[in-house]
Amino acid sequence: MHPYIMAVIGGVFIGLSAVLLMAFSGRIAGVSGIVGGLLPPKPVTDRSWRLSFVLGLVLAPLILRMTTGASGIGAPAVDYPLLLAAGVLVGAGTAFGGGCTSGHGICGMARLSPRSAVAVAVFVMAAIVTVFVTRHLV
Amino acid sequence: MGETTIGLLTGLLFGLGLCLSGMADPSVVLGFLDLAGNWNPTLLFVMAGGVSVTFIGYRIVLGRNRPLWSKSFQLPTATAVDAHLISGAVIFGIGWGLAGYCPGPALVSLASGRPQVLIFVVAMLAGMVFVRWMRARPRATIATVRGEA
Repeated sequence: MHPYIMAVIGGVFIGLSAVLLMAFSGRIAGVSGIVGGLLPPKPVTDRSWRLSFVLGLVLAPLILRMTTGASGIGAPAVDYPLLLAAGVLVGAGTAFGGGCTSGHGICGMARLSPRSAVAVAVFVMAAIVTVFVTRHLV
Repeated sequence: MGETTIGLLTGLLFGLGLCLSGMADPSVVLGFLDLAGNWNPTLLFVMAGGVSVTFIGYRIVLGRNRPLWSKSFQLPTATAVDAHLISGAVIFGIGWGLAGYCPGPALVSLASGRPQVLIFVVAMLAGMVFVRWMRARPRATIATVRGEA
């Protein structure tokens, strides 16, 4: 199937996940928020659903590989020093800005939250500038 | 029990969505962000599918009084577009553009067993802990001062 069709189908899966989590548990499906709540200092008390959500994320590609032969996971695009720096920035930025591509990008946009719309515009712009600098200037 | 099961189910669905859509491949994500290169619009199709389903689903779900298996909906209460939001989004965007991983795809990619992904995820968790710790500090200081007074 064409990658764009698979992309829409994948997006629908993500949307269904967000809707189900809200319908049953009343929670926003924001990955950085779900994971952040597990971390010190002062981890939240409702840890079990957060841990099982993360477990689900990690199990998904393994199930895909068993059933279809392909996990869908691609190779890292950059080497260790950049991965380390990028990881710190992604963790700190999402904790500071209150969300990532899922919390702000999917759930916040679906709620028509002005905060999320601004966050998405800013992080996409910052990422585009970063890619331009690393791929075309440096 | 119920919420743990829903966590697992929604995590699985979310992870399948990321893997099927190409979002667990940093080259696809970076291809979207590389406007001056060989632009790859895949991420737009993922967002379109995800946001439209969530938009319609939330209309239905949030019209109810409460979630099916818990006491209340826990929606974000902040409304201000403040410096935290903007600076956080800039920092996250730079990190996202450097490696092509945002939190969901990074966690999903742990399943590959690649040490590069593990390094990214550990660094990401460290970044989160750092900000949570920074944010907890001023309050702790005020509490300490009050305690001494």
